[in-house]
Amino acid sequence: MEFLSYFGGVFEPVALLLLIGGTMGGLILGATPGLSPTMAVALLIPFTFHLSPTQGLILLGAAYTSTVAGGAVTAILLKIPGAPANIATALDGNKMAKQGHGARALHLSFLASGFGGVIGVLILIFLTPILAVWALAFGPSHLFWMAILGVTVIGSLDSKSFVKGLLSGCIGLWLSMIGYDDIQGAQRFIFADALTGGINIIAALIGLFAIPQVLEMIAKGRFAASVEAITVPKQRIMDSFRELTQNIRSLSIGTVVGSIVGLIPGVGGQIAGLVAYDQARKFSPHRDKFGTGHPEGVIAAESANNAMVGPSLVPLLTLSIPGSPTAAVLLGGLLINGIFPGSDLFENHPQVAWTFINSMLVGQILMVIFGIYTAAWAARIARVPTPIMAAAVLVLAVFGSYSVQQSMGDVYVMLALGVGMFFLERFGFSAAPLVLGLILGPIAEANFIQGSMIADAQSGPWQYFLTGTLNLFLVALVVLSVAYSFRSNKARNPATKPSRGVAT
Amino acid sequence: MISSRSQHLIPASAIFAVSAVVAWLSFTQEPADAFLFPRVISVFFLGLAGWNFTRAALGLARVGDGVPRRVLKNIAPGLSVMLIFVFFLAGGLGFYVGSALAFAAIYTLYDPAPVSDLRAWRKRIVVTVLFMTVIYGLFALLLKVQTPRGFFF
Repeated sequence: MEFLSYFGGVFEPVALLLLIGGTMGGLILGATPGLSPTMAVALLIPFTFHLSPTQGLILLGAAYTSTVAGGAVTAILLKIPGAPANIATALDGNKMAKQGHGARALHLSFLASGFGGVIGVLILIFLTPILAVWALAFGPSHLFWMAILGVTVIGSLDSKSFVKGLLSGCIGLWLSMIGYDDIQGAQRFIFADALTGGINIIAALIGLFAIPQVLEMIAKGRFAASVEAITVPKQRIMDSFRELTQNIRSLSIGTVVGSIVGLIPGVGGQIAGLVAYDQARKFSPHRDKFGTGHPEGVIAAESANNAMVGPSLVPLLTLSIPGSPTAAVLLGGLLINGIFPGSDLFENHPQVAWTFINSMLVGQILMVIFGIYTAAWAARIARVPTPIMAAAVLVLAVFGSYSVQQSMGDVYVMLALGVGMFFLERFGFSAAPLVLGLILGPIAEANFIQGSMIADAQSGPWQYFLTGTLNLFLVALVVLSVAYSFRSNKARNPATKPSRGVAT
Repeated sequence: MISSRSQHLIPASAIFAVSAVVAWLSFTQEPADAFLFPRVISVFFLGLAGWNFTRAALGLARVGDGVPRRVLKNIAPGLSVMLIFVFFLAGGLGFYVGSALAFAAIYTLYDPAPVSDLRAWRKRIVVTVLFMTVIYGLFALLLKVQTPRGFFF
């Protein structure tokens, strides 16, 4: 119950202000189609440099939590999921809104998100210290395999093509090696002056997540279809609350599925929402009503995608393996503040760790309150024209990446990586494994070098890296994640026959 | 018209070429100890890139929508604005003036309202000034970021 003693930190004036600002801002950003939670968190990182690590993490955590929930507003009112995590919400939510139950759908969505989110953070609170203590037994070889596992799991599970996913991870690992070598001071892969200091993680994160979205927005051209929001008649919150308690089965299914999915690195909220929706339908006596504007669909999907948030941070805070792309960006935020996940975090920075986790718990409650009362307003902001949104994100990305080290070199790197990623994404490559490679590369290399030195003094590298129960277990996980992804990839695209491509 | 297979061959070839250069540099550059980890990674990088290239050449790597001509045509003006902004305007005119021009240019280029519409122009100017005021307040006044000063600021 150590976490209870750090609750005071959340209610310090600046921390509370950041929590409220992050939650409200996150709800608005989440409700904006085209702005993903990952991009929102990446764009916020430069602002955290001027804050203490705790305050910075509170802001990022609040934004992470509320962007996922905020995406439900446009999913329900405009049938445009604010984030991939809200795809399942749109299935029944929009039908409810069209039937005149928009406020009811929004209330149920935020109440279910809040419930799922609180349970998810409680899992984070009780599971993290246990795993962090377990992580103490890890030596350099284990940490090396953990870093490789992080890249392969996200590379293979979070991509449309597992070869391209793993290749994206390799590109990220290579990018992480650009600059001066830490031990020998040798220059590595420096092809331009802007790369002398290596690739700045924050500039890279902003470029990889923001610029492709700007280009995707303008790729639709001048005459992008306009959307019309549905008007929301008023509804008593107590009635919605009563309805939520009457649908406890869907709420439980969503929360359990979301928590389990969150714990699996790389799987993410989109899958959590869809799996929970599917399971809730299977177990419901009203399964025929799913897809016609049934509240159980909204409850299951929204409780799942927010229950995923807390558990997705468990592997991140204990083993440096992010559970979702947004968690990968949070890892970047931790590392630039000189905080390394694992036992170090809980032993040397308990104030930072527990205040951050507690703030996520308080943030869930704030998210429900603000979500319910600002949903209609957020939907109006979601109708900001695409060209304004694209121009605003571009300018923010340039200012954000420049402000990291006040260097134009970072802006060039940000733009180059962003434009490159836009084209790569169109060919099935994914930004998440690339980012993971970039973030986990230095961790993998440092432990590989340290392990090699130990191996030289002992039994040789093969024995050091490939024997021992934990090493073999981790290697097996790496192989299994790749094999599973290879198999599911084959099942998804059975016998893709070579054919003369048609013009595109 | 670009065929889908040849389109997928372009990134596959580019990545294969990059991986080959990375592998070559990793195995030829000195000191060898500094390139120990790059060597290990470059082997996997080259292997996966070769696999991806072979699949692309056989027409098996067609995942994703590719880049249709319509998309290229749509992004070309915006991409040009981005490049001119970052490489010339930001340093030449100053960060804030360059940003305002880039913002206004992208807004105007992709705004569905006709270019001859005076009300639309008024709206574009007001939105640009308001947005840049928020950016100035955030970065110059609150975060105290020293941005490059060009001809203006």
